[in-house]
Amino acid sequence: MGLEDQAAVKRVADEHGNGVVVLLGTPDAESTQTLAQTVVAGDPSYAGPLAGVPLGLPVFHVFEPEVRDQVPADVYEAQVALMEMSLDREAILAGLREARRAGATA
Amino acid sequence: MPRVTSDGMPVIRAVSLVLAHVPSLVRLGSKPLRVLREVHDPIDFLRPHLRAWDVAQAYAPNQVFIGNMGVDELAARPTPWHRHPIERAARFGPDGEIMPEDEFFGLLAACDGFQLLGLDRELADRARSALDAHPVIGRAAGSPTVPPGVTAAVLEERVERHRALRIVGADGRLLGAMLPGHDEDDTLTGQVLLENLACKATAALALRHLLARPGAIASADVRYVINCGEEAVGDRYQRGGGNVAKAVAEWAGCGRATGSDVKAFCSGPMHALMLAGALVRSGLHDDVVVLAGGSLAKLGMKFQGHVKHAMPIVEDVLAGFAAHVSRDDGVSPTLRLDAIGRHEVASGSAPLAVMKALYSEPLGRVGLTLLDVDRFSLELHNPEATEPAGSGNVPLNNYRTLASLAVVEKLIARESIDDFVRARGMPGFSPTQGHIASAIPYLGHARRALTEGRLTRTMFAGKGSLFLGRMTQLPDGLSLVLERNAGST
Amino acid sequence: MELRGKKVIALGERDGVPGPAVAECASRAGAEVVLTLTACYV
Repeated sequence: MGLEDQAAVKRVADEHGNGVVVLLGTPDAESTQTLAQTVVAGDPSYAGPLAGVPLGLPVFHVFEPEVRDQVPADVYEAQVALMEMSLDREAILAGLREARRAGATA
Repeated sequence: MPRVTSDGMPVIRAVSLVLAHVPSLVRLGSKPLRVLREVHDPIDFLRPHLRAWDVAQAYAPNQVFIGNMGVDELAARPTPWHRHPIERAARFGPDGEIMPEDEFFGLLAACDGFQLLGLDRELADRARSALDAHPVIGRAAGSPTVPPGVTAAVLEERVERHRALRIVGADGRLLGAMLPGHDEDDTLTGQVLLENLACKATAALALRHLLARPGAIASADVRYVINCGEEAVGDRYQRGGGNVAKAVAEWAGCGRATGSDVKAFCSGPMHALMLAGALVRSGLHDDVVVLAGGSLAKLGMKFQGHVKHAMPIVEDVLAGFAAHVSRDDGVSPTLRLDAIGRHEVASGSAPLAVMKALYSEPLGRVGLTLLDVDRFSLELHNPEATEPAGSGNVPLNNYRTLASLAVVEKLIARESIDDFVRARGMPGFSPTQGHIASAIPYLGHARRALTEGRLTRTMFAGKGSLFLGRMTQLPDGLSLVLERNAGST
Repeated sequence: MELRGKKVIALGERDGVPGPAVAECASRAGAEVVLTLTACYV
């Protein structure tokens, strides 16, 4: 995540307090893992405003079944389905699981 | 939408694509500048990863960029490309050249009408003698020559007392200094002006290459120039005021031209080519040139990934291009103005709607499908630049999305996605130079293949990340169909 | 995790699912979208 974006995420998370969740639309395992890690345990590159700041936000990806099941089917079809077909969904979700695991033990 | 009939379509008569190898300027890219702010001597830090010119010249993607190697040949080469140099690499190719740094500094100074860039005296002399003999921008071509340099003491004084930007060579020596254009204007600092000047110089080099082609249009016959580079040239009262097009036309000797800048982030070049085609078809101008220079700010954008993986920083080149759009000559590839794909406001951000708007809708309008296109040129960023930094293989992602659209349209089976990508796509070979990497680098290859009959139809699509400017959440995109001239079949 | 009633930060990517598309999914699932961003790494 770019440094400017980290500042915006931090501000919004601070302003809204509890009940904030992050929903990702990242295209591969690495970007998913990095982004998830950033909003859970802090910026892994230690460069941005979230360096050393464990926001601990619950983080999800739009490809996860538990997200898909809550979105009206026609909306999901229009907004997500094409990318789900073209991208490596399994690898993306594995990257997310990895970040969650690291966050839980941090 | 009003129908455009297929007769009298404009053609792409000539294309040029150039690179300038500038390892010393990598540290002035936006990312290295920010990340290395705390580093005492940034050049020392970067040096082990900066390439010599002959290494950059022998880098296969760069040879593809200037037209010396085909995209299929690149796809068949062993990777990583930076470990497998081309044996007989050449500086010049059918589409342009890879200019060495010394000469490019000279070109920058020759393009600077306000004497703000001061060069080290020896460097200026070296650059002048090399450029005077340059086949395209040499003395014979009537281009402005490299002004005399100044002493190191003068350069130091400009840095210390006049807030000039220090330009340090990859070898650690002071090469020059860029003065601000105004003491109190943040849009005219030495850094900003060097970015703008680099954009102008690479565009000017591309234009001179275009005008030097056998059978090329005379510079005096160029009547309109559209620049689609992304630099915001202006001052504090009008940050992106423009007009780089006119500055480049002037430098290249197009005395009867006027022009303007077209901006749409990375999809700017597609809009510019469409508008050029429309100007030609309308009869307003017979010959229009579309051009763009490179982005100094994007040099070294992924350098942290390259350093981390102990590889050379491959984002060490500035890119430029020019294309001549003219009336039908019966030979050159036809720009199908009846098959323009438009990302409309209502297309929104949903990938399916965006892809339909850019690909299937325009093709369907003229009775074609995705399978009628031999080759698609999309985002062509070199994966060797992006993958080490965790930014993925951008071309491959985009080609897979296009293939998935073909599945949705029931043109291919889901199992055939990889075949579709292999047959109709290509590996990314462009430096991460934003608007240039967006579809443009294949233009030279396509023009040749369509003229010679190796291809029948190609499609170019550029995407623009408008949301980065924070004025809309929308992306942008525009696609063009370029096909073999009916007169030549 | 139930999205309904949650405040969602939608972080999309140009070559993945863009921010506004992520946000549309969230809001149609009953969440309130409090920030929408799309990253572009090239």
